[in-house]
Amino acid sequence: MSGGVDSAVAAARAVEAGHDVVGVHLALSRMPGTLRTGSRGCCTIEDSMDAQRAANIIGIPYYVWDFSERFKLDVVDDFIAEYAAGRTPNPCMRCNEKIKFAALLEKAIDLGFDAVCTGHYATIVTDPAGNRELHRASAWAKDQSYVLGVLTAEQIAHSMFPLGATPSKAEVRAEAAARGFSVANKPDSHDICFIPDGDTRGWLAERVGAEKGEILDRDGSVVGSHEGAAAFTVGQRRGLNLGVPDPDGRPRFVLEVRPKTNQVVVGPKEALAIAEIAGSRFTWAGLAPEHPDVAFDCDVQIRAHADPVPAVAVVQPHAETGEPELMIRPGNPLDGVAPGQTAVVYVGTRVLGQCTIDRTVSAVPTPVS
Amino acid sequence: MVVYLDHAATTPMLPDAIRAYAEALGVVGNPASIHSQGQAAKRMLEEAREQVAATLGCDPIEVVLTSGGTEAVNLAIKGIWWSRNRGGARPVILAPGGEHHATIDTLEWLEQHEGAEVGWLPLDDDGLVHADDVEAALTRYGDRVAMVTLLWANNEVGTIQPVTEISALAAAHGVPVHVDAVAAYGYLDTNFRAVRDASGSVGGAGLVAMSVSAHKIGGPVGVGALVLSRSASVEPLLHGGGQQRQVRSGTQDVAGAVSFAVAATFTTRNRAGEAVRLAALRDRLIDGILTAVPAARLNGLPGDGRLPGNVHVAFAGCEGDSLLFLLDMAGVSVSTGSACQAGIPEPSHVLRAMGRSELEARGALRVTLGHTTTEDDIDALLAALPGAYTQASRAGFADRTTTLGA
Repeated sequence: MSGGVDSAVAAARAVEAGHDVVGVHLALSRMPGTLRTGSRGCCTIEDSMDAQRAANIIGIPYYVWDFSERFKLDVVDDFIAEYAAGRTPNPCMRCNEKIKFAALLEKAIDLGFDAVCTGHYATIVTDPAGNRELHRASAWAKDQSYVLGVLTAEQIAHSMFPLGATPSKAEVRAEAAARGFSVANKPDSHDICFIPDGDTRGWLAERVGAEKGEILDRDGSVVGSHEGAAAFTVGQRRGLNLGVPDPDGRPRFVLEVRPKTNQVVVGPKEALAIAEIAGSRFTWAGLAPEHPDVAFDCDVQIRAHADPVPAVAVVQPHAETGEPELMIRPGNPLDGVAPGQTAVVYVGTRVLGQCTIDRTVSAVPTPVS
Repeated sequence: MVVYLDHAATTPMLPDAIRAYAEALGVVGNPASIHSQGQAAKRMLEEAREQVAATLGCDPIEVVLTSGGTEAVNLAIKGIWWSRNRGGARPVILAPGGEHHATIDTLEWLEQHEGAEVGWLPLDDDGLVHADDVEAALTRYGDRVAMVTLLWANNEVGTIQPVTEISALAAAHGVPVHVDAVAAYGYLDTNFRAVRDASGSVGGAGLVAMSVSAHKIGGPVGVGALVLSRSASVEPLLHGGGQQRQVRSGTQDVAGAVSFAVAATFTTRNRAGEAVRLAALRDRLIDGILTAVPAARLNGLPGDGRLPGNVHVAFAGCEGDSLLFLLDMAGVSVSTGSACQAGIPEPSHVLRAMGRSELEARGALRVTLGHTTTEDDIDALLAALPGAYTQASRAGFADRTTTLGA
């Protein structure tokens, strides 16, 4: 229970469904802030108190479990290391993968619980053979199955998402108000919880180290300078402050981040188009496909709020290492794909699996200067 | 059945104290008012103060009623430090590691804001302060010492400190001593005058101040007292109407004082017998735990060296908060020792001050007995503990490597 409206309603619904429920709030920092600020919706003492008040109203016991050490290792340090390597991580997915449905779930199972129940908008469907599948929420607009795409069959077997069939957030808020939860109108959280003021770039600069470097065009000519390559993300347009305008006067976007040489490569929007993505860190969300090495039709989604696009996927050996990788070819090229991001593969509403993107192949050949 | 074994956090109010509290709440009158109703309230207040003074071994005028233990400790430490630093530079406060947060945070605040200097006194493996370390510190810092402050008995691990001996050393150096007796009051003979006499404390030197709290002995939350020797000099924290020797302004809480007095009188009258009864239960519980869980280790001194109602055990290989949770689910309320305001169990700073590793400190559990504790309560805990320990050990530590997921 983060202290937000979704987990409070999820807990109440789980109780009404007949489960024996205990509210747990995750302490992810040893030095939590006192009051909620901006659009962060968890992790302060105020949020912890909000969660406890909701648990009081539901009538369930409530505890704070301290996972601050694991969170630092698996989420915060990973976030820094990924950016330092020029990749774009999703810390919320990492937290689901390593904390909520791993550290928390394991401790819970060992202490006698059966499942972790959260306020995520996603659905679990059991197939005729009894296998649990992860599916999108009924309401497409609130669907959060993407951030759960990292879950494996074992994790899904111990997960519950009571909000999956809810038509809208408004309905959840109305239900929270009707239940008397003080958090019924609490703002949604958007920012990364461990970056207090939402200034990701400044926060990273302090940790990754930021040195002035070059911004290059695709042909290698210097078109500007930056204050640290690690703060940039592929597809980013704002904050480039280029001294040399594009000859066509069109906006330019980050195409590549090269941490080793502290360089950022920019180019026109069409150069962002990616024809192929692949990653060797892949998982199946439930039963694996019977023949993953035979190309199959699917949809691929590369960001939490991106639209899925039709694609063909296959597990194949990496051209150089021979290591198996999940390779995905979207029907139409995708924009703004960065290494480190997660590509989640769907078949209809079902989450089939995911990979962390290691490499991409551009749809547009680099111009020869 | 709910088994309450967290009496050091707060102990159930005594029925007589509740009755007296409710009755006194019905009486109108500010004890500072001159009219008859004010005088009636004042009479109730002062009778209560006399009764409380009798349980503390001091004059009624030496009882400064406060909002509780934390305020009493703050008033003693800040008040004495400010007073002692009016004339000359005596920045140093000597204090053992492992004090209650009311002391630690006050000392850190004085360091950061007022230029105080803390000379931390070491704790030994059992949480005991050694007189020769105190003597060495008093000699080393000499005229720069403003005061000594220490717990009479540690609220977490229960170790009883040589208060008289340390007061005597401070008295010989002309240094005032504050004792935080919140955990000891009602369980040990915390007689202020007796310690002053035995330690040769005279005037403002030696034991001059002692903090206690009502809700630890069956009185209400929100009431406490600082015993402040007539000869002690303190700067007030609160300024206003000049009540209570100009030391603690604010309209006085008659009902709180009356209820406190009832609890103090009852508890003190029964203290000696109750201490024997609790110590026997305590020792049976300790033996039972160490037998049932060989990996457990008692923290603090055994026998007469610890509070009669305190059991503090380190369980190797598990988190104290897992044990607490499982015991809570089994209907047994215990504590991990200390909690910050977010409810996040932190590794006990007391055990850290006793030289234990963070890992050891994380498996600590505090069980505290009190006036409602029975043999059945001990049996219930001993019945639930082995299973809880096995299960908590399976869960291990929160920072263990996870195996679920990719």
